[in-house]
Amino acid sequence: MLVHSRTGKWTAWVLFTVLFVPLFALPLLVILAASFSTHWSGAFPSGPTTAHYAAAVRGESLQALTTSLVTAVTASVVALTVGTWAALAAAALGKKGKRVLDALFMLPVAVPSVVVGLAVLVAFSQPPMLLNGTRWIVILAHTVLVTAFAHQSVSAALRRLDPMYEQAAASLGARPSYVLLRVKLPLLLPSLTAAAGLCFALSMGELSATMMLYPPDWMPLPVLIFTATDRGSLFTGSALAVVLMAATLLALLAVSRIRTRASYR
Amino acid sequence: MPTTVWLWALPPVAVLALVFLYPLALVVQESLAPGAYAEVFASASFREALVTTVWLAVAATVGCLVLGFVLALVIAFVPFPGGKAVSKFIDVFLSFPSFLITLALLFLYGTVGMANGIWTDVTGDPAGPFRFLTTPWGVLLAEITYFTPFVMRPLLAAFSQMETAQLEVASSLGARPLRIVRQVILPEALPALAAGGSLVLVMCLNEFGIVLFTGAKGVTTLPMLVYSKAILESDYASACVVAIVNVALSVGLYVLYRGVSRRAGA
Repeated sequence: MLVHSRTGKWTAWVLFTVLFVPLFALPLLVILAASFSTHWSGAFPSGPTTAHYAAAVRGESLQALTTSLVTAVTASVVALTVGTWAALAAAALGKKGKRVLDALFMLPVAVPSVVVGLAVLVAFSQPPMLLNGTRWIVILAHTVLVTAFAHQSVSAALRRLDPMYEQAAASLGARPSYVLLRVKLPLLLPSLTAAAGLCFALSMGELSATMMLYPPDWMPLPVLIFTATDRGSLFTGSALAVVLMAATLLALLAVSRIRTRASYR
Repeated sequence: MPTTVWLWALPPVAVLALVFLYPLALVVQESLAPGAYAEVFASASFREALVTTVWLAVAATVGCLVLGFVLALVIAFVPFPGGKAVSKFIDVFLSFPSFLITLALLFLYGTVGMANGIWTDVTGDPAGPFRFLTTPWGVLLAEITYFTPFVMRPLLAAFSQMETAQLEVASSLGARPLRIVRQVILPEALPALAAGGSLVLVMCLNEFGIVLFTGAKGVTTLPMLVYSKAILESDYASACVVAIVNVALSVGLYVLYRGVSRRAGA
């Protein structure tokens, strides 16, 4: 539409390909290729193998994967509960109260994750709440980090929600709890599942705060990928990275299926 | 009625206060240890990290804006088969952690990576010329790669709402594509560019994974300094001071971003 001449169009497409493929497609392909090889000394990797994957699904690696999955699911569920509750409560408040509450819950996005990790470490290494050295400190930090995103997407969905539905239900005599459970939450379900997917993906890939907090017996997958590449095992690291990406994608896919089924209702 | 509304808001706020606001307050308190600020501000490593963080973030943001604008322009206005798939790919790209990009760059431009491998194969030299990965330029490349999609998404949303008739009219009146981009598309895209750009700026200031995976001793940013002070040196007072500076920088910018994006209607 913008460019009408044939050469102009092709110039734009060639420019796009030249920029897009090496910058965005190549990195993911390279990781995939490296995860199946043992050497990379020329233009292309060599020594095809699946040994890295065999190692990635047992022992330490399998434990890291389950650690990541448990952490991400727990953090997402808690974050979704707290974030949705806060978004619903904020919507019921006046304009000023809503702004304060939204600002409070958005703050963790702006604060660097490393600082969130440091703050949690400082606060929960002391006697009243001694969590340092347990898995709970990692799960807690992930929850703090993803709650902001859950809150943000649910409150955006609430803004778009037509108030007619709840007003109609209420005018027909439905109690507030009934309106919430049978009208509002079902209408919000598509955005809730989308928010759950976002929280899960973020938590699966979280490295910054985790590096500050993880105890030896609760090492999530990103940390394991870092320790592998740090000692020079780049190929093992990329197999683990592919496992991480696949797990994230599968979860997102599952969540988007729930969403499409919910939107037919 | 109003009091019950406030009561309902209490539990989530109490949870947030316990797990986030109270810990943050402790960091502030810890940073106020006598002499901590003076000591950190006087150290060369802190000033170096501050300068590196800011210039890397600004340069990465400019790079993302230029690259994101060009790519989004082609997707939106010079449509090609597979454009939808590219948009999907960008969404998926956003859900991956940032350190994967650095890992990939190690295979692409590392000492034994693809680029150097091609060079040695072609020229017969024992080593290739690409060794910028452990310098700030490697971090810059990784940050531009990872954060450009964050600019493209709001831009594509803005472009999809644009009246294409405007472009047709400008074009039928004889305006060349570059002029249409400058005078019709760019003004419409400014709010989305501002929103995407300030978000990327904040995320670059806070980025840790990319720098950590680079493994370069020469590249220290503020988040990296917080990590090394706290975990490697167990110097919590200094770590908290650096953390406060980092928070002040990024929260200040984030407030700006919220203002800009609210005006942009994003």
